[in-house]
Amino acid sequence: MDNNNYMPEIAFHLEHPLMERIVELREKGYADAKATVTPSAAGEGAGEGRLYPDAPVDYEDAIENYKAILDITADVAANIIEPNAESVDLEGPHLENGRMIYASKTYENLEATRRAGLHGVSMPRRYGGLNLPNTVFSMLSEIISAADAGFQNIWSLQSCIDTLYEFASEEQRQRYIPRVCAGETMSMDLTEPDAGSDLQRVMLKATYSEEEGCWLLNGVKRFITNGDSDIHLVLARSEEGTRDGRGLSMFIYDKRQGGVDVRHIEHKLGIHGSPTCELTYKNARAELVGSRKMGLIKYVMALMNGARLGIAAQSVGVEQEAYKEGLAYARERAQFGQKIIEFPAVYDMLSRMRAKLDAGRSLLYQTARYVDIYKALEDIARDRKLTPEERAELKTYSRLADAFTPLAKGMNSEYANQNAYDAISIHGGSGFIMEYKSQRLFRDARIFSIYEGTTQLQVVAAIRYVTNGTYIDIIHQMYDQCLNLDNYVSAKTESTAAIEQLRPLRHRIATMTELYEHAVAYVKEADDAEVHDFLARRLYDMTAEIIMSLLIVDDAARAALTGSECADQFFRSAGVYVRMAEEDVIGKSTYVTRFIREDLAAFRAAQPAKEPQA
Amino acid sequence: MALKIVVLAKQVPDTRNVGKDAMTAEGTVNRAALPAIFNPEDLNALEQALRLKEQHPGSTVGVLTMGPPRAGEIIRQGLYRGADTGWLLTDRLFAGADTLATSYALATAIRKIGGVDIVIGGRQAIDGDTAQVGPQVAQKLGLNQVTYAEEIVSVKDGRALIRRVIDGGVETVEAPLPVVVTVNGSAAPCRPRNARLTMAHKWDHCPLEAESFVAPSGAERGALLNQWSVADVDGDPAQCGLSGSPTKVKAVKNIVFQAKESKTLTGADADINALVQELLNEKIIG
Repeated sequence: MDNNNYMPEIAFHLEHPLMERIVELREKGYADAKATVTPSAAGEGAGEGRLYPDAPVDYEDAIENYKAILDITADVAANIIEPNAESVDLEGPHLENGRMIYASKTYENLEATRRAGLHGVSMPRRYGGLNLPNTVFSMLSEIISAADAGFQNIWSLQSCIDTLYEFASEEQRQRYIPRVCAGETMSMDLTEPDAGSDLQRVMLKATYSEEEGCWLLNGVKRFITNGDSDIHLVLARSEEGTRDGRGLSMFIYDKRQGGVDVRHIEHKLGIHGSPTCELTYKNARAELVGSRKMGLIKYVMALMNGARLGIAAQSVGVEQEAYKEGLAYARERAQFGQKIIEFPAVYDMLSRMRAKLDAGRSLLYQTARYVDIYKALEDIARDRKLTPEERAELKTYSRLADAFTPLAKGMNSEYANQNAYDAISIHGGSGFIMEYKSQRLFRDARIFSIYEGTTQLQVVAAIRYVTNGTYIDIIHQMYDQCLNLDNYVSAKTESTAAIEQLRPLRHRIATMTELYEHAVAYVKEADDAEVHDFLARRLYDMTAEIIMSLLIVDDAARAALTGSECADQFFRSAGVYVRMAEEDVIGKSTYVTRFIREDLAAFRAAQPAKEPQA
Repeated sequence: MALKIVVLAKQVPDTRNVGKDAMTAEGTVNRAALPAIFNPEDLNALEQALRLKEQHPGSTVGVLTMGPPRAGEIIRQGLYRGADTGWLLTDRLFAGADTLATSYALATAIRKIGGVDIVIGGRQAIDGDTAQVGPQVAQKLGLNQVTYAEEIVSVKDGRALIRRVIDGGVETVEAPLPVVVTVNGSAAPCRPRNARLTMAHKWDHCPLEAESFVAPSGAERGALLNQWSVADVDGDPAQCGLSGSPTKVKAVKNIVFQAKESKTLTGADADINALVQELLNEKIIG
């Protein structure tokens, strides 16, 4: 009766070698499993006397727990959320007397995820959470997004609670975290009409009222996802007279207080189920989180990093679903006397979709694992002083997480769009018809490369690691470990045939890396800020493609050596992905190394500074 | 008032997704080829029980099932959704039971449990489709029964208000406790498994399951579930299992539905007119 509702690819990433370290840090020596209560307070049944009967006793037990929650999530996604998705897309939310009302089936979805206990999952057990690592949270996100990307927004905004946990007082944690674990929803109220990508311009006013003994918020927020949520994190200007990010602080607004109304709900191209609200604050009572003036500089940065990983997971879910739709149609549809999947033009598209999916997913979970290690160490540092080794580990993984997050978000959001586009291409005329799911995926995906920082801004976040050599160091390290037998300790076979089979791909990655390094050196030598910014996107793409090439080759080797059922698929995807990356790296490195400052003139001239005179 | 609720649940082969190997050459169900699942209407019954528990603080829900040791999974599935306890009736003497022997075993166990206010089961199991077990349990215990229930609307002052499906509509009836209720598939679907409860109970098992129960590390901390033999429920072996089952299967035949006669018509006007005339004559249309 133990059905595995989730995909073997997810099980594969769940069993990555780094997971053991993540679980060990996260569970802090499995302390929760040892915590006991007095017999009278203990519940009936399993684990009597244990304060947290759900806490794992060791690594294997934790993995069993993760498998259980993945299975439950996949069950809810397949049997409740996905069947509701079309109706939610058609109905959408609406406004009633300043309140946002979800599409009716969204309430059904929320009821199901609450019943299943899928809220506040990353929080410590003492607040009512399940203490899940980010890697597992990302897996749940992916599964829910594949069922309905719009609902994933509402559900995954629970991760705002991570920021509250990290920076709010213990008293605030105790008041708010259990509510989120019980299923209350969250939002992050950051953007305003004149402050989108540039959050330094936030003007929502926070003033401390001696009379009321609390902060009061006044002003307008715009484009707020799930803006009528129960608990808001709000970025507001607490320092009168300031104009930049240093005057901003972070606040908690509790909907029970009143004072915030929804003025408008946007009509959007996609993710219709996810309400995007314009909010008006009129003396809304709010609480300060952490220290004044740290709102943007520290807290929003933490919030955004978590949110970006959330979009990467959302993107992978849609990459998966678009591939599934395209594949099913191509297998079924016959033209010219054969199934269209038999045509090279079609199977080329499908194999690329699959390769992007497998490589993109690998990048997502690699990033999530890096985030997990450094976040868990940071959390331990709240209780005790870290050892010098732990401090070094924290630094390494925090640097890796910072470098990987913009790649995971940017690339996967682009891949989701590309896969959704190709799914429609495979459907031909039918793909343009509203009855097919592909059109919804195509509309939903479009926002992924825009919100939580556009792809162009992911490039800005990543480019410093290109030029300061961080990525090149990472690529060299990954290259040394890739197909190195010492790196596959969990191997279940003595045969190294798989490794030998993959070696030619690794060799091609070495050649790509040389071209990439040459291109990076060329841009650095040019020493021209505008040329550097102009070429940044191409350097970013090459970086991500080489890293994903290494990841997918590594996955193929590990899958083969551990006897994973994904092995054959990963071999195929590695072959396709490396060729695809090679094609791109050769083209882009050529473009970069042949570019000179004077070339900019042609691009600028294409956009006249003024409207032409009549 | 706090209620003591027992849910009758059965582990069944998933006959909803049958492949070509679903039947053996002998015409019996090939259990090995079909996944074992929680009987769907029993899940509807469980949901009604869990809702009553939420409405009546202090209530308990226990899942009672009969089957081989692996049917302990039914109890775990109940615990994952919020049930408090469960009992597995397992004994070679229970094996081969028809509905009469099954209801005898279940009724005996319910007497053993004692003090039960409401027994809720699914209308019928998808492997047998008899819808007899619930009513027989009520009869054997001398309790009132309400069948085809869609919702247990309320329980107040020792009486349950129940909405049930009837031909062409619904009716709402009232029954004094204790009562046996069988729930129709049109009732509210069962809630999903709860993550925390699943994590907490995943190693719980019946003693006889221990051998087959693969638990890498946590098995020793799983709670032991109640497992009852014929002797444990003070049952009469003669009324249990094969010896307590008057049903005798004489033969099993594969039935293929076939239209007795068919006509092939062309799209020509003459054919269409003839068909319309025939349908008019037979008062099928008109």
